[in-house]
Amino acid sequence: MKSKPRSLKILDAVTLILLLIATLLVFFFAPLEAVMGLVQKVFYFHVAAGWVGMLSFMVAAFAGVAYLRASHRKWDIVGLAAVEIGMVFAFINIVTGSIWARPIWNTWWTWDPRLTTATIMMLIYAAYFMLRSGIEDPDRRARFGAVYTIIGFLSVPLTFFSARLFRTIHPIVIGTNQPGAEGAFDMTGRMLATFLFGLLTFTFIFADLLWHRIRLGRLADTVEQLKMKTME
Amino acid sequence: MNLSQLGPADTTSYMIAGFAVIFGVMLLYVLSLVVRTRNLEKDLEVLAELDHE
Repeated sequence: MKSKPRSLKILDAVTLILLLIATLLVFFFAPLEAVMGLVQKVFYFHVAAGWVGMLSFMVAAFAGVAYLRASHRKWDIVGLAAVEIGMVFAFINIVTGSIWARPIWNTWWTWDPRLTTATIMMLIYAAYFMLRSGIEDPDRRARFGAVYTIIGFLSVPLTFFSARLFRTIHPIVIGTNQPGAEGAFDMTGRMLATFLFGLLTFTFIFADLLWHRIRLGRLADTVEQLKMKTME
Repeated sequence: MNLSQLGPADTTSYMIAGFAVIFGVMLLYVLSLVVRTRNLEKDLEVLAELDHE
């Protein structure tokens, strides 16, 4: 594989510095929430992880459209990379939400519309890998994968708006909470600044990981092509 | 959580668990990228040798 480009090295360093600053802000700048205590600090990265999950699936859908238009393998590599990263962050989002829910909702899990749609979204994207693993022909695999990421993306706005459209206990950050929302709190200026910085940091993490995963995808593609050539 | 409490609830252990998941999963994913890259580079070397022969 080609050596890491200088711009990627810089992005790695900037991302690490941002993550360090974001963590320091969460623990030493953002005030302690008056009712929930320390577990509320998970909120900053919980929402940011959810954002990265949804952003990844959106990028995968765009890559799917680009693949169908251009039939260029690079878009398949981008789509696969984005879905994989999306799964990692959607998983972090769901698990940290469950950990937060235990002391606040007094349960690890409830089939609330937001939690249910988020789980369905994850399952839809988990099936994407199953679909790909079942198709040997790379072009057919890429075409099916592209269509799947576009259709699968419907689950993303459904998950995002579920806490606004349906009766739910899940608090929301943007907009007005449902009357039954439990664990909602008013953000102070410092909390908001920490929250926004967290979102920025996780966006950088996404860009950095996506770049690395695309490089890995390109390498895997080269290996696959060489294997096919060797077998012929 | 006891709503009649005076101060914030003691939820330290949940916070630790939450951040362990966040950093643990991210670290595992980065490690998986490193390991997969190394394995593919080894495969590429072997395949290049075979191709050369």
